[in-house]
Amino acid sequence: MPDSALLRLRGVTKRFPGVIALSGVDFSVRAGEVHALLGENGAGKSTLIKVLTGVHPPDAGEFVLDGRPISARSPKEAEAAGISTVYQEVNLIPGLSVAENIALGRQPGRFGFVDWRAVRRHAREALARLEIECDVDAELGSLSVALQQMVAIARALDLRARLLILDEPTASLDEKEVAELFSVMRRLRGEGLGLIFVTHFLDQVYAISDRITVLRNGQLVGEYVTAELPRLKLVGHMLGREVHDEAGRVDVTPVAREAAAPLLEARGLARRGAVHPLDLTLRRGEVTGLAGLLGSGRTETARLLFGIDAADAGEIRVRGDRVSLGAPRDAVRLGLAFCSEDRKIEGILPNLSVRENLILALQAKRGVWRTLARAEQDKLCEHYIAALRIKTPGPETPIRNLSGGNQQKVLLARWLATQPELIILDEPTRGIDVGAKAEIEQLVAKLRADGLAVLLISSEIEEIVRNCSRVLVMRERRLEAEVAADNLTTGRLMRAMAGGHRE
Amino acid sequence: MNALRKNLPLFVTGAILVVLFGTAARLYDGFYSARVIVSLLSDNAFLGVAAVGMTLVIFSGGIDLSVGAVIGFTSIFTATLIVTKGVHPLLAWSLALLLGSALGAGMGALIHWFGIPPFLTTLAGMFFARGLAFWINTESIGVTHPLVEKLTNFDLALGDAVHLPAAALALLAVVLAGYVLAHHTRFGRTLLAVGGSEQSALLMGLPVGRTKIAVYALNGFLAALAGIVASLYTSSGNASAGLGLELDAIAVVVIGGTLLTGGRGHMVGTLLGVLIFGTIQAAILFDGRLSSWWMRIVVGALLLLFILLQRGLVRGMTKRA
Amino acid sequence: MSRSFTRSPVFWPAVGLIALVVLNTAVNPAFLKITLLDGHLFGTPIDILTQGSRTMLLALGMTLVIATGGVDLSVGSVVAIAGAVCALMLQGGHSLALTIVAALAVGGAAGAVNGTLVARIGIQPIVATLILMVAGRGVAQLLAGGQVLIVKHAGFGYLANGFFLTLPVAPLLVGGLFVVTQLVVRRTAIGLFLEAVGDNETASRFAGLAAARVKILAYVFCGACAGLAGVLWAANVGAADANRSGENAELDAIFAVVVGGTALTGGRFVLAGSLLGAVLIQTLTISMYNLGISPAVAPVPKALLIVGVSLLQSDRLRRWLAGLWTRGGKGTA
Repeated sequence: MPDSALLRLRGVTKRFPGVIALSGVDFSVRAGEVHALLGENGAGKSTLIKVLTGVHPPDAGEFVLDGRPISARSPKEAEAAGISTVYQEVNLIPGLSVAENIALGRQPGRFGFVDWRAVRRHAREALARLEIECDVDAELGSLSVALQQMVAIARALDLRARLLILDEPTASLDEKEVAELFSVMRRLRGEGLGLIFVTHFLDQVYAISDRITVLRNGQLVGEYVTAELPRLKLVGHMLGREVHDEAGRVDVTPVAREAAAPLLEARGLARRGAVHPLDLTLRRGEVTGLAGLLGSGRTETARLLFGIDAADAGEIRVRGDRVSLGAPRDAVRLGLAFCSEDRKIEGILPNLSVRENLILALQAKRGVWRTLARAEQDKLCEHYIAALRIKTPGPETPIRNLSGGNQQKVLLARWLATQPELIILDEPTRGIDVGAKAEIEQLVAKLRADGLAVLLISSEIEEIVRNCSRVLVMRERRLEAEVAADNLTTGRLMRAMAGGHRE
Repeated sequence: MNALRKNLPLFVTGAILVVLFGTAARLYDGFYSARVIVSLLSDNAFLGVAAVGMTLVIFSGGIDLSVGAVIGFTSIFTATLIVTKGVHPLLAWSLALLLGSALGAGMGALIHWFGIPPFLTTLAGMFFARGLAFWINTESIGVTHPLVEKLTNFDLALGDAVHLPAAALALLAVVLAGYVLAHHTRFGRTLLAVGGSEQSALLMGLPVGRTKIAVYALNGFLAALAGIVASLYTSSGNASAGLGLELDAIAVVVIGGTLLTGGRGHMVGTLLGVLIFGTIQAAILFDGRLSSWWMRIVVGALLLLFILLQRGLVRGMTKRA
Repeated sequence: MSRSFTRSPVFWPAVGLIALVVLNTAVNPAFLKITLLDGHLFGTPIDILTQGSRTMLLALGMTLVIATGGVDLSVGSVVAIAGAVCALMLQGGHSLALTIVAALAVGGAAGAVNGTLVARIGIQPIVATLILMVAGRGVAQLLAGGQVLIVKHAGFGYLANGFFLTLPVAPLLVGGLFVVTQLVVRRTAIGLFLEAVGDNETASRFAGLAAARVKILAYVFCGACAGLAGVLWAANVGAADANRSGENAELDAIFAVVVGGTALTGGRFVLAGSLLGAVLIQTLTISMYNLGISPAVAPVPKALLIVGVSLLQSDRLRRWLAGLWTRGGKGTA
């Protein structure tokens, strides 16, 4: 294998308003290797890929492909230079045939006419190269996601690509499908292509990749040979801390555990493609952590508990009674609350005021007819703006004008106003500044002291260790382990999150 | 199985046409005749021409409410030029086609560049064209010109019994051209891709903006052509020609099995849709007891049927994915 | 002029209306003149309100539907159906009150059909309401037996053309309904729920809102408004014409709402703006007479107005202009 890199990036920097998404990142991929690109949320993986594929122009940095400097200004230019991408969401047209999806934009034929026979022939050839069996006349949307993914790869390769980027291609595939994808990847590696593989599944990283690059907070953490990097070390690099069992031990305030009755119990709860059957119990006056790497099934579990997605199997009991949750509304009525990790899409109503955002859940719980008087609304706003120290010009300011941390506090206030008995916090401190973070953690402690049950989902191990009295660890959509307070160390958690036998 | 699923709406359209026509042929003497079949084509020629353009726009995920108004404008505009200004019909028609295309391109540009919803933009286009039409003349004008008479009296004899008049020929030619454009050119395939997923089409490097603007321009052209066909059909120019025709055109497209939200459909379905529309109309005429409003009710029911059918198909797709 | 005033959603429609009035007064100084004759008020402004009352009513219902991020194309057809129902009931000797209730019920039922297709079956609003737009007029003709049904009923005509304490009845009725609606949506949580669903449906559902029910409610209300508008339409001419009554009414209503500052994308709605928008349209039509232009040309300025308002609301245009500004300012490319 030639040592010279197929692709070499040096000092790539990309700023967005208010954020430095990438700062001076070096990255290289050799021909004939699968290179895993890893990192948690906000690490800069997707920005790096978008810079590579010409979606975002970089602010600084040099790009060399095959010894020639390149500067792609659009996906089309990147493709012409030999860089092709297959995204997690299949970016093809579901209503058109497989053959056509492979050919779109570069159909053979003259004077703008399409030579359908040549289109089909090319598609068959492209799929044969991947050893995929598939009817090229089938409508793309009628295929499984895995097959659609293969068609996307076939389309990407049709461009005589030198470098293929696979951005979380396995996120919605089952094990057999992943195996098929890997055999295709190995074949392409054998042909001398460079492959960049982005994934959240560490098992897959160790199964297929030759080298690993880890990013964190827009910076390069390091480049490693997969075979020489223990799994636990890798998790440490991704999360940004070293694993020392004793030193990592954090004192957890003892929690009153005088056999508080379970508030919520789930038994055998599962949803196909999202969560394998799991049992869990959430108690009053207890902060339960739900840890795991991105894509491990944490959010999916929360969505089942809150009635957003319907479970295929299992049962949920609240205060001992079996409940059926058909919609979030049912969960709210039972005294549950859920602060979603996706503030923009699932949280805020951007053009409505802080006041309206704040009272929405309470008002929804009360129904249309028991309208909160304006005076009550103002009192609630005043109370929560002061209690949570929400920085806003006033309660009538549209929430989109607030900073992320303050938006998050308004959403917390929205739920606290309903006086819930269980609150599920999914990444409550993501993307907010340090001060607001600390305040939210204090709030969590206060909620527990007030006797609420809290389920805290976080990618930050330290946050989990600091705040939780008991931690459930998920891995690859299964409940992997439960760690009680007296055993709670970052090392234990990370080992459970990493899984596998490469310690 | 797959082919059936893919073309299910088209098969349903075909089956409905056969059933409707068969029932009418059994019920009414003389319905199953070359004359009636030819009149299905010629009586609905301008609707059909407009529907071909509408099909292309709907393929791209858009909609155009202005076609009826453009027909009215073209009708009165060309008649005024020919009759009162003595302009040669060919020149007048060319000008009308140019203006129709320009209006379409302008609307396409507003839609693409400024992100104004197609519904609003073409609603404005509709007001604009209809207002201009009435500004030219609120009265109907009879059109007489040797060329016009020649075209109105022209027919192509296919054997003894079948004579295809110019309007029917124009419809068939436009449908054929529309079919080739939609299903055998890069432009047509790009239209369907844009309608299927604009985001994906962009990432695939397809010329999304150019295609969107071009399809509205093309539709403007075809609406103007439909206006010319309409004025030949009635030998007159009328500012209120094509009033509400955009609705019929949209209905015909949907009944033809094309997904109203874009990305899925077939030009042949639109021709079948026009024929279904014409068959219902002809059957009501033949019956004599049925009133004209049944037309709207049946078309509405067919619309509901197809929209629910498409919804079911799309849901089935996403569930599998 | 204060910043908050120019930013108010009713600012632009108000400017438009004032401009039109100034233009008209310049041409015809008596434009704004109102006289008291036989105990009734007369004058162009009164005509505008009386003739515009139906569009105002439709715009009222349409505003709530558009607030949820939808649109209702079927209101014109519902007007025709309700008109036919009215005429048949009055001809059949039913009381006026029962007739109005029937028209409201028919409109509400039509709205329930639309709302169910949109909120439960998940069909796009334009597509779902198109069905009733096409079929509705046929249903109206079926009910009327293809005839223009003449209605002779004193109280019925009074609704559209009568005067109450010197004031015209139709605008009073519609104005009253506006006030009641405004109070109900703003004093109860309904307004909040409508805006929440239109602003971010997913987040609203996650907050425990019954989003589908809220949407259906908006369509039912819009349908009922169209039903009442059908009553006014038939009352105005003393006949139910299934072909012509409510023709293009949906377009005028949507137009009034958009010009009035409620965006087609949903969310924040301004009832007063829609009212102003409807008055603006009617003033435009009357201006055409006043300025000696055929009212048939009225659609042209309407078209320009729609494009103008849409461009004002276009984020892309703003960004583009902002881009020009900064580029020009910095003098670099």
